[in-house]
Amino acid sequence: MVEPVLQIDNLIKAFGVLKATDSVSIDLRPGEIHALIGPNGAGKSTLIHQICGTVRPDSGTIRFAGEDIGALNTAQRAQKGLGRTFQVSSLAPEFSALRNVMLAVQAKQGSSFGFFRPVMRDRSLVDPAMAILERVGLADRARLPAAELSHGERRQLEIAMALALQSKAFLLDEPMAGMGPEGSKKLTGFLDALRREAPILLVEHDMDAVFALADRISVLVYGKVIATGTVDEIRRNPTVRTAYLGDHA
Amino acid sequence: MLTRENTVNLVLALLLLVAPLAANAFGQPFYVTLATRIAILALAALGLNLALGLGGLVSFGHAAFFGIGGYAAGILSSHALSYEPMIFGLPGTVQMPVIWIVAVIASGLVALAIGAISLRTSGVYFIMITLAFAQMVYYFAISWPAYGGEDGLSIMVRNQFPGANTMKPLSFFLVCYLVLLAGIGLFALIRASRFGAALQAARQNETRVATVGIHPYRIRLTGFVISAMITALAGALYADLNRFVSPSMLSWHMSGELIVLIILGGTGRLFGPLAGAALYVAFEFALGGLTERWQFFLGLILLGVVLFARGGLLGLLAGKAKHG
Repeated sequence: MVEPVLQIDNLIKAFGVLKATDSVSIDLRPGEIHALIGPNGAGKSTLIHQICGTVRPDSGTIRFAGEDIGALNTAQRAQKGLGRTFQVSSLAPEFSALRNVMLAVQAKQGSSFGFFRPVMRDRSLVDPAMAILERVGLADRARLPAAELSHGERRQLEIAMALALQSKAFLLDEPMAGMGPEGSKKLTGFLDALRREAPILLVEHDMDAVFALADRISVLVYGKVIATGTVDEIRRNPTVRTAYLGDHA
Repeated sequence: MLTRENTVNLVLALLLLVAPLAANAFGQPFYVTLATRIAILALAALGLNLALGLGGLVSFGHAAFFGIGGYAAGILSSHALSYEPMIFGLPGTVQMPVIWIVAVIASGLVALAIGAISLRTSGVYFIMITLAFAQMVYYFAISWPAYGGEDGLSIMVRNQFPGANTMKPLSFFLVCYLVLLAGIGLFALIRASRFGAALQAARQNETRVATVGIHPYRIRLTGFVISAMITALAGALYADLNRFVSPSMLSWHMSGELIVLIILGGTGRLFGPLAGAALYVAFEFALGGLTERWQFFLGLILLGVVLFARGGLLGLLAGKAKHG
Protein backbone atom coordinates (compact mmCIF):
# COMPACT_ATOMS: atom_id res chain seq x y z
CA MET A 1 0.00 0.00 0.00
CA VAL A 2 1.13 3.53 -0.74
CA GLU A 3 2.11 5.56 2.30
CA PRO A 4 -0.46 8.23 3.16
CA VAL A 5 0.61 11.87 2.80
CA LEU A 6 -1.19 12.85 5.96
CA GLN A 7 -1.83 10.42 8.79
CA ILE A 8 -3.70 11.32 11.93
CA ASP A 9 -3.66 8.79 14.75
CA ASN A 10 -5.81 8.75 17.84
CA LEU A 11 -6.10 12.53 18.08
CA ILE A 12 -7.84 13.82 21.21
CA LYS A 13 -8.75 17.38 22.08
CA ALA A 14 -11.12 18.34 24.89
CA PHE A 15 -12.40 21.78 25.86
CA GLY A 16 -13.43 21.21 29.46
CA VAL A 17 -15.80 18.25 29.45
CA LEU A 18 -16.55 18.64 25.74
CA LYS A 19 -14.54 16.26 23.60
CA ALA A 20 -14.23 18.21 20.35
CA THR A 21 -11.92 15.59 18.90
CA ASP A 22 -12.44 12.09 20.25
CA SER A 23 -9.79 9.56 19.20
CA VAL A 24 -9.85 10.59 15.55
CA SER A 25 -7.76 8.57 13.10
CA ILE A 26 -7.93 9.44 9.42
CA ASP A 27 -5.46 9.51 6.57
CA LEU A 28 -5.04 11.16 3.21
CA ARG A 29 -3.55 9.10 0.38
CA PRO A 30 -1.77 10.39 -2.72
CA GLY A 31 -4.10 11.41 -5.54
CA GLU A 32 -7.34 11.26 -3.57
CA ILE A 33 -9.98 13.64 -2.35
CA HIS A 34 -10.96 12.68 1.15
CA ALA A 35 -14.09 14.50 2.25
CA LEU A 36 -14.81 15.21 5.88
CA ILE A 37 -18.49 15.74 6.56
CA GLY A 38 -20.62 16.06 9.64
CA PRO A 39 -23.24 18.25 11.25
CA ASN A 40 -22.42 21.68 12.67
CA GLY A 41 -20.44 21.43 15.88
CA ALA A 42 -19.11 17.98 15.03
CA GLY A 43 -15.53 19.19 15.47
CA LYS A 44 -14.48 19.60 11.84
CA SER A 45 -12.96 23.03 12.34
CA THR A 46 -11.18 21.97 15.53
CA LEU A 47 -9.66 19.08 13.63
CA ILE A 48 -8.47 21.39 10.83
CA HIS A 49 -6.98 23.74 13.42
CA GLN A 50 -4.99 20.91 14.94
CA ILE A 51 -3.69 19.79 11.56
CA CYS A 52 -2.56 23.34 10.77
CA GLY A 53 -1.03 23.93 14.17
CA THR A 54 -3.28 26.70 15.48
CA VAL A 55 -4.73 24.40 18.17
CA ARG A 56 -2.61 21.87 20.07
CA PRO A 57 -4.14 18.41 20.55
CA ASP A 58 -4.16 16.86 24.03
CA SER A 59 -2.76 13.64 22.64
CA GLY A 60 -2.33 11.70 19.42
CA THR A 61 0.01 12.13 16.46
CA ILE A 62 -0.12 13.95 13.14
CA ARG A 63 2.32 12.72 10.53
CA PHE A 64 2.79 14.63 7.30
CA ALA A 65 5.00 13.51 4.42
CA GLY A 66 6.52 10.83 6.63
CA GLU A 67 7.33 13.14 9.51
CA ASP A 68 5.74 13.88 12.88
CA ILE A 69 4.71 17.55 12.66
CA GLY A 70 3.14 17.75 16.13
CA ALA A 71 5.80 20.08 17.50
CA LEU A 72 5.85 22.49 14.53
CA ASN A 73 4.05 25.85 14.41
CA THR A 74 1.73 27.02 11.63
CA ALA A 75 4.44 28.65 9.52
CA GLN A 76 6.72 25.61 9.76
CA ARG A 77 3.89 23.26 8.74
CA ALA A 78 3.17 25.49 5.75
CA GLN A 79 6.82 25.31 4.78
CA LYS A 80 6.59 21.49 4.87
CA GLY A 81 3.89 21.78 2.19
CA LEU A 82 0.56 21.93 3.97
CA GLY A 83 -1.60 24.29 1.92
CA ARG A 84 -4.80 25.51 3.48
CA THR A 85 -7.82 27.62 2.69
CA PHE A 86 -10.19 29.04 5.27
CA GLN A 87 -13.89 28.76 5.95
CA VAL A 88 -14.01 32.56 5.80
CA SER A 89 -11.57 33.87 3.17
CA SER A 90 -8.29 34.95 4.71
CA LEU A 91 -6.26 37.30 2.53
CA ALA A 92 -4.24 40.49 2.77
CA PRO A 93 -7.19 42.76 1.88
CA GLU A 94 -5.25 45.89 0.81
CA PHE A 95 -2.92 43.96 -1.47
CA SER A 96 -3.95 43.20 -5.04
CA ALA A 97 -4.76 39.62 -5.99
CA LEU A 98 -1.37 39.49 -7.69
CA ARG A 99 0.50 40.65 -4.57
CA ASN A 100 -1.33 38.10 -2.44
CA VAL A 101 -0.13 35.29 -4.69
CA MET A 102 3.33 36.86 -4.88
CA LEU A 103 3.51 36.67 -1.10
CA ALA A 104 2.97 32.91 -1.32
CA VAL A 105 5.55 32.60 -4.13
CA GLN A 106 8.03 34.56 -2.02
CA ALA A 107 7.34 32.34 0.99
CA LYS A 108 7.87 29.23 -1.16
CA GLN A 109 11.22 30.60 -2.36
CA GLY A 110 12.12 30.75 1.31
CA SER A 111 13.33 34.32 1.62
CA SER A 112 11.39 37.25 3.01
CA PHE A 113 14.51 39.08 4.15
CA GLY A 114 15.23 41.03 0.96
CA PHE A 115 15.23 44.73 1.76
CA PHE A 116 16.19 46.56 -1.40
CA ARG A 117 14.79 44.90 -4.53
CA PRO A 118 11.27 46.03 -5.45
CA VAL A 119 8.97 43.01 -5.64
CA MET A 120 6.93 44.42 -8.52
CA ARG A 121 10.06 44.41 -10.71
CA ASP A 122 11.10 40.92 -9.60
CA ARG A 123 10.19 38.58 -12.46
CA SER A 124 10.83 35.52 -10.30
CA LEU A 125 7.85 36.62 -8.19
CA VAL A 126 5.53 38.31 -10.69
CA ASP A 127 5.69 35.71 -13.49
CA PRO A 128 4.83 32.58 -11.49
CA ALA A 129 2.13 34.47 -9.56
CA MET A 130 0.57 35.67 -12.81
CA ALA A 131 0.68 32.16 -14.28
CA ILE A 132 -1.18 30.78 -11.28
CA LEU A 133 -3.81 33.53 -11.44
CA GLU A 134 -4.36 32.63 -15.09
CA ARG A 135 -4.80 29.00 -14.09
CA VAL A 136 -7.53 29.76 -11.57
CA GLY A 137 -9.16 32.25 -13.96
CA LEU A 138 -8.35 35.44 -12.09
CA ALA A 139 -5.81 36.96 -14.49
CA ASP A 140 -8.07 39.87 -15.42
CA ARG A 141 -8.62 40.68 -11.74
CA ALA A 142 -4.91 40.58 -10.85
CA ARG A 143 -4.57 44.29 -10.08
CA LEU A 144 -7.67 44.61 -7.91
CA PRO A 145 -7.28 44.74 -4.12
CA ALA A 146 -8.40 41.46 -2.56
CA ALA A 147 -11.05 43.38 -0.58
CA GLU A 148 -12.76 44.38 -3.84
CA LEU A 149 -13.02 40.85 -5.25
CA SER A 150 -16.31 38.97 -5.16
CA HIS A 151 -16.81 36.20 -2.63
CA GLY A 152 -16.19 33.49 -5.19
CA GLU A 153 -13.10 35.21 -6.52
CA ARG A 154 -11.63 35.44 -3.04
CA ARG A 155 -12.08 31.69 -2.62
CA GLN A 156 -10.28 31.15 -5.93
CA LEU A 157 -7.53 33.49 -4.81
CA GLU A 158 -7.01 31.43 -1.65
CA ILE A 159 -6.67 28.31 -3.74
CA ALA A 160 -4.23 30.18 -5.98
CA MET A 161 -2.10 30.92 -2.92
CA ALA A 162 -2.15 27.28 -1.86
CA LEU A 163 -1.09 26.36 -5.41
CA ALA A 164 1.76 28.87 -5.29
CA LEU A 165 3.12 27.07 -2.24
CA GLN A 166 3.34 23.89 -4.37
CA SER A 167 1.68 22.16 -1.47
CA LYS A 168 2.03 18.41 -0.90
CA ALA A 169 -1.54 18.35 0.43
CA PHE A 170 -4.46 20.75 0.39
CA LEU A 171 -6.72 21.36 3.35
CA LEU A 172 -9.83 23.06 2.03
CA ASP A 173 -12.28 24.30 4.63
CA GLU A 174 -15.72 24.66 3.01
CA PRO A 175 -14.53 26.05 -0.32
CA MET A 176 -18.11 25.98 -1.69
CA ALA A 177 -19.59 28.03 1.16
CA GLY A 178 -21.48 31.04 -0.15
CA MET A 179 -20.88 30.15 -3.81
CA GLY A 180 -23.75 30.31 -6.27
CA PRO A 181 -24.67 27.17 -8.26
CA GLU A 182 -22.61 28.35 -11.24
CA GLY A 183 -19.55 29.02 -9.08
CA SER A 184 -19.88 25.70 -7.26
CA LYS A 185 -19.96 23.85 -10.57
CA LYS A 186 -16.84 25.60 -11.82
CA LEU A 187 -15.00 25.03 -8.55
CA THR A 188 -16.01 21.35 -8.51
CA GLY A 189 -14.43 20.93 -11.92
CA PHE A 190 -11.32 22.72 -10.77
CA LEU A 191 -10.89 20.62 -7.61
CA ASP A 192 -11.46 17.46 -9.62
CA ALA A 193 -8.35 18.29 -11.64
CA LEU A 194 -6.44 19.57 -8.61
CA ARG A 195 -6.23 16.14 -6.95
CA ARG A 196 -3.68 15.07 -9.57
CA GLU A 197 -1.38 17.74 -8.18
CA ALA A 198 -1.78 16.89 -4.49
CA PRO A 199 -4.39 15.09 -2.41
CA ILE A 200 -7.17 17.13 -0.85
CA LEU A 201 -8.75 16.90 2.58
CA LEU A 202 -12.06 18.55 1.89
CA VAL A 203 -14.39 19.81 4.60
CA GLU A 204 -17.67 20.56 2.90
CA HIS A 205 -21.39 20.85 3.54
CA ASP A 206 -22.39 20.87 -0.11
CA MET A 207 -23.27 17.16 -0.52
CA ASP A 208 -23.59 17.35 -4.30
CA ALA A 209 -19.99 18.51 -4.49
CA VAL A 210 -18.85 15.92 -1.94
CA PHE A 211 -20.54 13.03 -3.76
CA ALA A 212 -19.21 14.25 -7.10
CA LEU A 213 -15.62 14.67 -5.92
CA ALA A 214 -14.77 12.41 -3.00
CA ASP A 215 -12.85 9.16 -3.35
CA ARG A 216 -13.48 8.52 0.32
CA ILE A 217 -15.68 10.14 2.93
CA SER A 218 -15.27 10.29 6.69
CA VAL A 219 -18.25 11.24 8.82
CA LEU A 220 -17.56 13.15 12.01
CA VAL A 221 -20.25 13.31 14.71
CA TYR A 222 -19.64 14.64 18.24
CA GLY A 223 -15.89 14.57 17.68
CA LYS A 224 -15.86 10.90 16.62
CA VAL A 225 -15.38 9.41 13.17
CA ILE A 226 -18.44 7.18 12.91
CA ALA A 227 -17.65 5.91 9.43
CA THR A 228 -15.06 6.07 6.66
CA GLY A 229 -15.59 4.64 3.21
CA THR A 230 -16.31 5.20 -0.45
CA VAL A 231 -19.25 7.33 -1.54
CA ASP A 232 -21.46 4.24 -1.98
CA GLU A 233 -20.50 2.74 1.35
CA ILE A 234 -21.30 5.97 3.14
CA ARG A 235 -24.61 6.40 1.32
CA ARG A 236 -25.64 2.90 2.33
CA ASN A 237 -24.41 3.12 5.94
CA PRO A 238 -27.48 3.10 8.25
CA THR A 239 -25.73 4.87 11.15
CA VAL A 240 -24.66 7.72 8.88
CA ARG A 241 -28.16 8.03 7.46
CA THR A 242 -29.72 8.53 10.86
CA ALA A 243 -26.93 10.71 12.22
CA TYR A 244 -26.39 13.05 9.33
CA LEU A 245 -27.51 12.40 5.82
CA GLY A 246 -31.22 12.03 6.55
CA ASP A 247 -33.15 11.97 3.32
CA HIS A 248 -30.30 13.54 1.35
CA ALA A 249 -28.93 10.12 0.41
CA MET B 1 5.07 59.07 -14.71
CA LEU B 2 4.27 61.54 -11.95
CA THR B 3 1.34 60.35 -9.87
CA ARG B 4 -0.60 62.73 -7.68
CA GLU B 5 1.13 61.40 -4.58
CA ASN B 6 4.59 61.78 -6.13
CA THR B 7 3.79 65.37 -7.07
CA VAL B 8 2.70 66.15 -3.52
CA ASN B 9 5.84 64.47 -2.17
CA LEU B 10 8.10 66.40 -4.51
CA VAL B 11 6.47 69.70 -3.54
CA LEU B 12 6.86 68.91 0.18
CA ALA B 13 10.52 68.00 -0.26
CA LEU B 14 11.23 71.15 -2.26
CA LEU B 15 9.35 73.40 0.17
CA LEU B 16 11.40 72.09 3.06
CA LEU B 17 14.57 72.90 1.10
CA VAL B 18 13.59 76.27 -0.36
CA ALA B 19 12.06 77.80 2.77
CA PRO B 20 15.24 77.75 4.89
CA LEU B 21 17.38 78.79 1.90
CA ALA B 22 15.15 81.85 1.48
CA ALA B 23 15.08 82.52 5.23
CA ASN B 24 18.87 82.39 5.29
CA ALA B 25 19.14 84.78 2.34
CA PHE B 26 16.91 87.26 4.18
CA GLY B 27 18.97 86.91 7.34
CA GLN B 28 16.37 85.01 9.37
CA PRO B 29 18.29 82.09 10.93
CA PHE B 30 15.40 81.36 13.30
CA TYR B 31 13.35 79.94 10.45
CA VAL B 32 16.29 77.80 9.38
CA THR B 33 16.29 76.28 12.86
CA LEU B 34 12.55 75.71 12.59
CA ALA B 35 13.03 73.86 9.30
CA THR B 36 15.81 71.79 10.88
CA ARG B 37 13.44 70.84 13.68
CA ILE B 38 10.87 69.74 11.09
CA ALA B 39 13.42 67.62 9.24
CA ILE B 40 14.61 65.90 12.43
CA LEU B 41 11.13 65.23 13.83
CA ALA B 42 10.10 63.96 10.39
CA LEU B 43 13.02 61.51 10.45
CA ALA B 44 12.09 60.32 13.96
CA ALA B 45 8.47 59.79 12.91
CA LEU B 46 9.63 58.14 9.68
CA GLY B 47 11.35 55.52 11.80
CA LEU B 48 8.23 54.91 13.85
CA ASN B 49 6.16 54.87 10.66
CA LEU B 50 8.02 51.74 9.58
CA ALA B 51 6.78 49.85 12.65
CA LEU B 52 3.42 51.60 13.03
CA GLY B 53 2.43 52.40 9.46
CA LEU B 54 3.80 49.38 7.62
CA GLY B 55 3.81 46.79 10.40
CA GLY B 56 0.77 47.96 12.38
CA LEU B 57 2.90 47.91 15.54
CA VAL B 58 1.70 50.80 17.68
CA SER B 59 4.85 51.38 19.69
CA PHE B 60 4.26 53.83 22.51
CA GLY B 61 7.91 53.60 23.48
CA HIS B 62 9.86 55.06 20.59
CA ALA B 63 11.02 57.94 22.79
CA ALA B 64 13.43 55.37 24.27
CA PHE B 65 15.21 55.07 20.94
CA PHE B 66 14.99 58.80 20.22
CA GLY B 67 16.59 59.46 23.61
CA ILE B 68 19.25 56.78 23.23
CA GLY B 69 20.31 58.51 20.02
CA GLY B 70 20.37 61.82 21.86
CA TYR B 71 22.43 60.46 24.73
CA ALA B 72 24.85 58.84 22.29
CA ALA B 73 25.57 62.30 20.90
CA GLY B 74 25.72 63.91 24.35
CA ILE B 75 27.89 61.29 26.03
CA LEU B 76 30.37 60.87 23.19
CA SER B 77 30.92 64.59 22.76
CA SER B 78 31.22 65.26 26.51
CA HIS B 79 33.99 62.67 26.74
CA ALA B 80 35.70 64.10 23.70
CA LEU B 81 35.65 67.61 25.14
CA SER B 82 36.82 66.55 28.62
CA TYR B 83 39.42 64.08 27.26
CA GLU B 84 38.17 61.53 29.78
CA PRO B 85 38.04 58.04 28.30
CA MET B 86 34.83 56.04 28.53
CA ILE B 87 34.52 52.36 29.49
CA PHE B 88 37.29 50.12 28.10
CA GLY B 89 39.34 53.31 27.71
CA LEU B 90 37.58 54.26 24.48
CA PRO B 91 37.81 57.94 23.59
CA GLY B 92 34.77 60.15 22.93
CA THR B 93 34.23 61.81 19.57
CA VAL B 94 32.73 64.94 18.07
CA GLN B 95 32.36 63.41 14.60
CA MET B 96 28.68 63.02 13.69
CA PRO B 97 29.11 59.96 11.44
CA VAL B 98 30.76 58.05 14.30
CA ILE B 99 28.10 59.24 16.76
CA TRP B 100 25.37 58.14 14.36
CA ILE B 101 26.82 54.66 14.03
CA VAL B 102 27.01 54.33 17.83
CA ALA B 103 23.44 55.66 18.19
CA VAL B 104 22.10 53.22 15.59
CA ILE B 105 23.89 50.19 17.01
CA ALA B 106 23.02 50.96 20.64
CA SER B 107 19.35 51.56 19.88
CA GLY B 108 19.24 48.50 17.63
CA LEU B 109 20.44 46.29 20.48
CA VAL B 110 17.97 47.81 22.95
CA ALA B 111 15.17 47.47 20.37
CA LEU B 112 16.09 43.82 19.85
CA ALA B 113 15.65 43.16 23.57
CA ILE B 114 12.48 45.26 23.96
CA GLY B 115 10.97 43.93 20.73
CA ALA B 116 11.76 40.29 21.48
CA ILE B 117 9.61 40.51 24.60
CA SER B 118 6.97 43.05 23.51
CA LEU B 119 6.19 41.34 20.20
CA ARG B 120 4.96 38.27 22.05
CA THR B 121 1.92 40.41 22.84
CA SER B 122 -0.35 42.41 20.55
CA GLY B 123 -2.93 45.19 20.58
CA VAL B 124 -3.29 47.17 23.80
CA TYR B 125 -0.77 44.94 25.60
CA PHE B 126 1.87 45.77 23.02
CA ILE B 127 1.19 49.48 23.45
CA MET B 128 1.47 49.21 27.23
CA ILE B 129 4.55 47.03 27.33
CA THR B 130 6.50 49.29 24.95
CA LEU B 131 5.46 52.25 27.11
CA ALA B 132 6.68 50.42 30.21
CA PHE B 133 10.08 49.67 28.69
CA ALA B 134 10.52 53.27 27.57
CA GLN B 135 9.66 54.53 31.05
CA MET B 136 12.29 52.20 32.48
CA VAL B 137 14.90 53.79 30.21
CA TYR B 138 13.56 57.23 31.20
CA TYR B 139 13.93 56.61 34.94
CA PHE B 140 17.31 55.04 34.39
CA ALA B 141 18.50 58.28 32.72
CA ILE B 142 17.06 60.39 35.54
CA SER B 143 18.85 58.39 38.19
CA TRP B 144 22.20 58.26 36.43
CA PRO B 145 24.18 61.22 37.80
CA ALA B 146 27.27 60.69 35.65
CA TYR B 147 25.51 62.28 32.67
CA GLY B 148 23.48 64.98 34.35
CA GLY B 149 20.60 62.90 35.68
CA GLU B 150 17.44 64.93 35.73
CA ASP B 151 19.23 68.11 34.60
CA GLY B 152 20.38 66.64 31.34
CA LEU B 153 23.64 67.08 29.54
CA SER B 154 24.79 70.07 27.50
CA ILE B 155 26.69 69.73 24.26
CA MET B 156 29.06 72.71 24.46
CA VAL B 157 29.92 72.83 20.78
CA ARG B 158 27.77 71.19 18.12
CA ASN B 159 29.37 68.01 16.81
CA GLN B 160 31.12 68.11 13.47
CA PHE B 161 30.35 66.73 10.05
CA PRO B 162 33.20 66.41 7.53
CA GLY B 163 33.08 69.24 5.03
CA ALA B 164 30.38 71.28 6.75
CA ASN B 165 30.47 73.97 9.40
CA THR B 166 27.67 72.65 11.58
CA MET B 167 27.65 75.80 13.73
CA LYS B 168 26.12 77.60 10.74
CA PRO B 169 22.36 76.96 10.91
CA LEU B 170 22.02 76.44 7.18
CA SER B 171 24.90 73.94 6.98
CA PHE B 172 23.48 71.92 9.84
CA PHE B 173 20.05 72.06 8.21
CA LEU B 174 21.48 70.69 4.98
CA VAL B 175 23.10 67.80 6.85
CA CYS B 176 19.76 66.96 8.50
CA TYR B 177 17.88 67.39 5.22
CA LEU B 178 20.16 64.97 3.40
CA VAL B 179 19.85 62.43 6.20
CA LEU B 180 16.06 62.78 6.02
CA LEU B 181 16.09 62.23 2.25
CA ALA B 182 18.27 59.16 2.71
CA GLY B 183 15.82 57.91 5.35
CA ILE B 184 12.86 58.45 3.03
CA GLY B 185 14.72 56.61 0.27
CA LEU B 186 15.42 53.69 2.59
CA PHE B 187 11.79 53.59 3.70
CA ALA B 188 10.62 53.53 0.06
CA LEU B 189 13.01 50.68 -0.77
CA ILE B 190 11.99 48.62 2.25
CA ARG B 191 8.29 49.20 1.61
CA ALA B 192 8.57 47.87 -1.95
CA SER B 193 10.80 44.91 -1.02
CA ARG B 194 10.03 41.31 -0.08
CA PHE B 195 10.53 42.17 3.55
CA GLY B 196 8.17 45.13 3.20
CA ALA B 197 5.55 42.91 1.57
CA ALA B 198 5.72 40.45 4.46
CA LEU B 199 5.65 43.22 7.07
CA GLN B 200 2.59 44.88 5.54
CA ALA B 201 0.83 41.57 5.00
CA ALA B 202 1.42 40.69 8.67
CA ARG B 203 -0.41 43.89 9.62
CA GLN B 204 -3.33 43.11 7.33
CA ASN B 205 -3.67 39.44 8.21
CA GLU B 206 -1.28 37.64 10.52
CA THR B 207 -2.88 34.21 10.02
CA ARG B 208 -2.51 34.51 6.27
CA VAL B 209 1.20 35.24 6.56
CA ALA B 210 1.76 32.25 8.85
CA THR B 211 -0.30 30.03 6.53
CA VAL B 212 1.99 30.68 3.59
CA GLY B 213 4.94 29.76 5.81
CA ILE B 214 6.36 33.15 6.85
CA HIS B 215 6.99 33.68 10.60
CA PRO B 216 5.23 36.95 11.48
CA TYR B 217 7.28 37.30 14.69
CA ARG B 218 10.66 37.36 12.95
CA ILE B 219 9.41 39.81 10.33
CA ARG B 220 7.99 42.14 12.97
CA LEU B 221 11.07 41.99 15.18
CA THR B 222 13.28 42.93 12.25
CA GLY B 223 10.93 45.78 11.35
CA PHE B 224 10.86 47.00 14.94
CA VAL B 225 14.68 47.08 15.14
CA ILE B 226 15.09 48.97 11.85
CA SER B 227 12.38 51.37 12.95
CA ALA B 228 14.17 52.06 16.26
CA MET B 229 17.50 52.64 14.51
CA ILE B 230 16.07 55.35 12.25
CA THR B 231 14.40 57.08 15.20
CA ALA B 232 17.69 56.94 17.15
CA LEU B 233 19.54 58.61 14.29
CA ALA B 234 17.00 61.43 14.48
CA GLY B 235 17.57 61.59 18.23
CA ALA B 236 21.30 62.14 17.74
CA LEU B 237 20.56 65.03 15.35
CA TYR B 238 17.97 66.45 17.74
CA ALA B 239 20.50 66.58 20.58
CA ASP B 240 22.89 68.39 18.27
CA LEU B 241 20.19 70.82 17.20
CA ASN B 242 19.42 71.82 20.79
CA ARG B 243 22.99 71.21 21.93
CA PHE B 244 21.35 69.62 24.90
CA VAL B 245 20.00 66.22 25.81
CA SER B 246 17.81 65.46 28.81
CA PRO B 247 15.50 62.70 30.04
CA SER B 248 12.56 64.59 28.50
CA MET B 249 13.67 63.18 25.13
CA LEU B 250 12.92 59.74 26.62
CA SER B 251 9.58 60.57 28.19
CA TRP B 252 6.24 59.18 27.08
CA HIS B 253 5.21 62.64 25.84
CA MET B 254 7.82 62.26 23.14
CA SER B 255 6.48 58.82 22.17
CA GLY B 256 3.00 60.30 21.95
CA GLU B 257 4.23 63.24 19.89
CA LEU B 258 5.76 60.89 17.32
CA ILE B 259 2.48 59.01 17.00
CA VAL B 260 0.63 62.33 16.61
CA LEU B 261 3.00 63.38 13.81
CA ILE B 262 2.26 60.19 11.92
CA ILE B 263 -1.51 60.48 12.32
CA LEU B 264 -1.46 64.13 11.26
CA GLY B 265 0.60 63.37 8.16
CA GLY B 266 -0.91 60.05 7.10
CA THR B 267 -0.17 56.62 8.59
CA GLY B 268 2.05 54.42 6.44
CA ARG B 269 2.59 57.12 3.79
CA LEU B 270 6.10 57.78 2.55
CA PHE B 271 5.89 61.54 3.16
CA GLY B 272 3.36 61.33 5.97
CA PRO B 273 5.94 61.96 8.72
CA LEU B 274 7.32 65.02 6.93
CA ALA B 275 3.84 66.45 6.34
CA GLY B 276 2.93 65.72 9.96
CA ALA B 277 6.12 67.25 11.37
CA ALA B 278 5.71 70.38 9.24
CA LEU B 279 2.12 70.77 10.38
CA TYR B 280 3.03 70.15 14.01
CA VAL B 281 5.92 72.62 14.11
CA ALA B 282 3.83 75.19 12.24
CA PHE B 283 1.04 74.87 14.82
CA GLU B 284 3.48 75.00 17.66
CA PHE B 285 4.98 78.18 16.22
CA ALA B 286 1.79 79.92 15.09
CA LEU B 287 -0.51 78.96 17.96
CA GLY B 288 2.29 78.94 20.54
CA GLY B 289 2.77 82.66 19.86
CA LEU B 290 -0.88 83.34 20.62
CA THR B 291 -1.50 81.14 23.62
CA GLU B 292 0.39 78.95 26.05
CA ARG B 293 -2.33 76.39 25.65
CA TRP B 294 -1.65 75.70 21.97
CA GLN B 295 -1.74 71.98 22.59
CA PHE B 296 -5.44 72.28 23.38
CA PHE B 297 -6.01 73.45 19.82
CA LEU B 298 -3.66 70.81 18.49
CA GLY B 299 -5.88 68.31 20.28
CA LEU B 300 -8.93 69.68 18.49
CA ILE B 301 -7.18 69.40 15.14
CA LEU B 302 -6.07 65.86 15.91
CA LEU B 303 -9.66 65.00 16.80
CA GLY B 304 -10.78 66.44 13.47
CA VAL B 305 -8.21 64.38 11.58
CA VAL B 306 -9.17 61.16 13.34
CA LEU B 307 -12.89 61.76 12.79
CA PHE B 308 -12.99 63.26 9.32
CA ALA B 309 -9.65 62.77 7.59
CA ARG B 310 -8.28 59.36 8.55
CA GLY B 311 -5.61 59.54 5.87
CA GLY B 312 -4.09 62.66 7.44
CA LEU B 313 -2.70 65.53 5.40
CA LEU B 314 -1.43 63.20 2.67
CA GLY B 315 -4.78 61.50 2.46
CA LEU B 316 -6.34 64.91 1.83
CA LEU B 317 -3.75 66.04 -0.71
CA ALA B 318 -2.93 62.83 -2.52
CA GLY B 319 -5.94 60.55 -2.04
CA LYS B 320 -5.97 56.98 -0.77
CA ALA B 321 -2.79 54.95 -0.52
CA LYS B 322 -2.21 52.45 -3.31
CA HIS B 323 -0.43 49.12 -3.23
CA GLY B 324 1.04 48.05 -6.61
